[in-house]
Amino acid sequence: MRLELREITKRFGSFTANDSISITVEPGQIHCLLGENGAGKSTLMNVLFGLLHPEEGEILIDGEVTTFADSGEAVRRGIGMVHQHFMLVPVFSVAENVVLGFEPTKSFNRVDYKRATEEIRRISKEFNLEVDPDAIVENLPVGLQQRVEILKALSHDAELLILDEPTAVLTPQEIDALMSIMRSLAASGKSILFISHKLKEVKAVSDVITIIRQGKVVGTAKPTASEGELASLMVGREVILTVEKSAFAPGADVLEIRDLVVRDDRGLVAVNGVSLDVRAGEILALAGVQGNGQTELVEALTGIRPVESGTVTLNGRDITNVTPRQALDAGIGHIPEDRQRYGLVLSMSLADNLVLNTPKRAPFAKHGTRNLRAVDQNAHDRVQEFDIRTTSIHELVSSLSGGNQQKVIVARELSRPLEVLIASQPTRGLDVGSIEYVHRQIVKHRNEGNGSLIVSSELDEVMALGDRIAVMFAGKISGIVDPSVSREEIGLLMAGETQVEHV
Amino acid sequence: MSDSVATVPDAIKPRRHLLHRIGSQDPIVVAALALVLGFIVGALIIITTTPAVLDAWRGIFHSWGAPGHALKVSFDNVGAAYRTMFTGSIVDPQGFWHSLTTGKGWDATLTPISETLTYATPLVIVSIGVGIAFQTGIFNIGANGQAVLGGIIGTAAGSMIHMPTVVHIPFTLLAGIAGGVISGAVPGVLKALTGAHEVIVTIMFNYVLYAFLLFAVLSTALQQPGQQNDISRTLDPSAQLAPIFGAKSGLRVSWGVLVAVAVVFFAWWLLDRSSLGFEFRVTGANPQAARASGMNARIIVIVVFLISGGLAGLAGVVQVASTTHYIDGVFLIGNAGIGFTAITVALLGRNRPMGIVWSSLLFAALGVGGRAMQATTGIPLDLATVIQSAVVLFVATPVLVKEIFRLRGAPSQSVELATKGWNS
Repeated sequence: MRLELREITKRFGSFTANDSISITVEPGQIHCLLGENGAGKSTLMNVLFGLLHPEEGEILIDGEVTTFADSGEAVRRGIGMVHQHFMLVPVFSVAENVVLGFEPTKSFNRVDYKRATEEIRRISKEFNLEVDPDAIVENLPVGLQQRVEILKALSHDAELLILDEPTAVLTPQEIDALMSIMRSLAASGKSILFISHKLKEVKAVSDVITIIRQGKVVGTAKPTASEGELASLMVGREVILTVEKSAFAPGADVLEIRDLVVRDDRGLVAVNGVSLDVRAGEILALAGVQGNGQTELVEALTGIRPVESGTVTLNGRDITNVTPRQALDAGIGHIPEDRQRYGLVLSMSLADNLVLNTPKRAPFAKHGTRNLRAVDQNAHDRVQEFDIRTTSIHELVSSLSGGNQQKVIVARELSRPLEVLIASQPTRGLDVGSIEYVHRQIVKHRNEGNGSLIVSSELDEVMALGDRIAVMFAGKISGIVDPSVSREEIGLLMAGETQVEHV
Repeated sequence: MSDSVATVPDAIKPRRHLLHRIGSQDPIVVAALALVLGFIVGALIIITTTPAVLDAWRGIFHSWGAPGHALKVSFDNVGAAYRTMFTGSIVDPQGFWHSLTTGKGWDATLTPISETLTYATPLVIVSIGVGIAFQTGIFNIGANGQAVLGGIIGTAAGSMIHMPTVVHIPFTLLAGIAGGVISGAVPGVLKALTGAHEVIVTIMFNYVLYAFLLFAVLSTALQQPGQQNDISRTLDPSAQLAPIFGAKSGLRVSWGVLVAVAVVFFAWWLLDRSSLGFEFRVTGANPQAARASGMNARIIVIVVFLISGGLAGLAGVVQVASTTHYIDGVFLIGNAGIGFTAITVALLGRNRPMGIVWSSLLFAALGVGGRAMQATTGIPLDLATVIQSAVVLFVATPVLVKEIFRLRGAPSQSVELATKGWNS
């Protein structure tokens, strides 16, 4: 099947998730869509699969303009999708899952399991996808569960397979197996749209790579392109940063991280022996493609996630494995990556959110009773000082724009006594004006002689803000460089090329 | 900093006038309209189930009948039912006028409202406990069992220990609170330490406490001496919450009302003014943000259960001390379980203290009025339950109410659930 997407635009309110994206997938081609989380890949795939309807643009199948009312229609037109999170019924057998919704029936509408099983055997054989049709899905390893999803798509005569981040949950061996499946499917004439942000896999399996950033196609590449080139295309951003920093005059180490090991939610080692120092009066920027352990590192530093081994010291005080409360009280300011989930209570007022982590502290409460006058006064002051645009301090935070929501968090954190500021993706999803504002506040904090650790996957942000840049790859620090080095050099480090520390 | 205006003073925010409220999606308006719909549903049920009305409708098919007659009978029956419901639970206007002009018969005139207040008093207390837990995102389905244990321990303190009134009443009430606190601590601690789901634990713990109630009134010193039945000792007069207007008036409304008022005030302070209540609300609205902001979810779960259970226990002992003065083997069990009614009352009152006061009064009035209606018109008390249920159903589905009355306002975005699902 030859699939062509022409100028697809999808908006959610004022947010443009896909901005006139055009892609062509040839028959028998493995076409990779490379981009960071939030770049708009999944939105595009949902448009293609009929789950979302684009505002503009058209989908052409074999040269013919097509619209899908729903995913069922997309399936009938030969599009199969393997979701990132499997859509399988765990307690059903492989055969039952594959025929689910399209069950072959005998008389009196009884499901014909025998025919279903035979059908699965046939497809398995045809495409060389070994799996036992009678096995119960929940007993299968993840790699095989994914194979069931692929089988399911093929059983509906899919000519184009969409694989949404298929390797995210797989072990290296399973990834190898998946890649050979993809190659053999392509060889048999199926088209594959492969969505990923992992450079190595993309290079290993793709015929063509399209890079998406912030909803736009920013380039196409051949798999022969270097990982450094791909990485810098993925994370680059043409925002001119005009942040004025005073002369770099680092003081003593404020935050010392030694050999830190942290596990992620699945129990895998996400931070693998990281050592970093943040000095007074400096911004240490932590760069890297998302998903290389930055999130877990920050969660460990702020007490949200337990530390497996290693130490964290703040001004000589051991703060390894403290509770979030102790981390806050020790003077760690935290601008979380997912601000709506961890930083704000959307159903509460601006004033309440500004004291979210200090509700018991003077002057906001006395003997357990809140001093609402002080809370309101604080809100008035912060709104003025940090230029938060709102009609009232009693307005719900959910009614503020994303930029103003972030300002609420920045205002809250920067207006309490801090030893070190840890900010994760502090400008993600913000408009240019808010980005500039947040940057200015962070630099002001640094110019006052405070230490900051800024985690960002935006290369421009990292280079503009950082006094030193540490790059994280696969749970390790692949290098610490001066911001004057080239983008390509940082790109290489982000792709995992290690380097000798020279700062 | 930008030179454009960043804020607008609060005063500029448009005030919501009454006229503006009517026809909007204000929760109070939705609740009032839900009440109207509840009564319409009740009317339809009266029409379709009362024999006299059905006979009249059957008459349409005979020559001597007329649709007008059938309609009239329908209206008469529905009118009579709702009239007795009103006069039986609030006030009979004729009696009120009589008392006002002659100064006589006040006791009889005030009896309906006194009964409503009597039923509402423990309901307010227990519902506020349930509402506080809801606001924290916790389902306390065990309020009934907690009220039972409060009643048992309170009765023991009020009947087996003797002291002067000034100390005996507080002592009895505190004993009831202690009973609730103990039974609330179990699911709280289990959830905090092991993650056991509070709904399962509290439901099951209810049965444990019912069994303990039978044991207490049958096999312990709490049983009325000389009795073989499941009846406890009677509270000392010094431990009873006396009727406000004296025993001679026959009006049962007791000083327990003051306890309820104190609880409402406490809940208002806790939720709106205390830093602890702030942590409760943050935890209920966004547990992840609560954790990242340094709030200790385990301690909060335990404290919420202690408070929620304590209030349930207080409700149990207030019930005993103000009305029956003893407990028996079916105390608060079955349909009379105020701990279960409290769940719907809290939902209807949007978990807010004053909202709960109004919804408790409504539920108490429907119950008391329903009994009067059953006695006078023969329409079963169950109709009151139907109306209660219909009102809650409509309040829980504001979109439906909005559609029926074509209210203006933003579309279903503003749908706000008072609680979250089981698995949250």
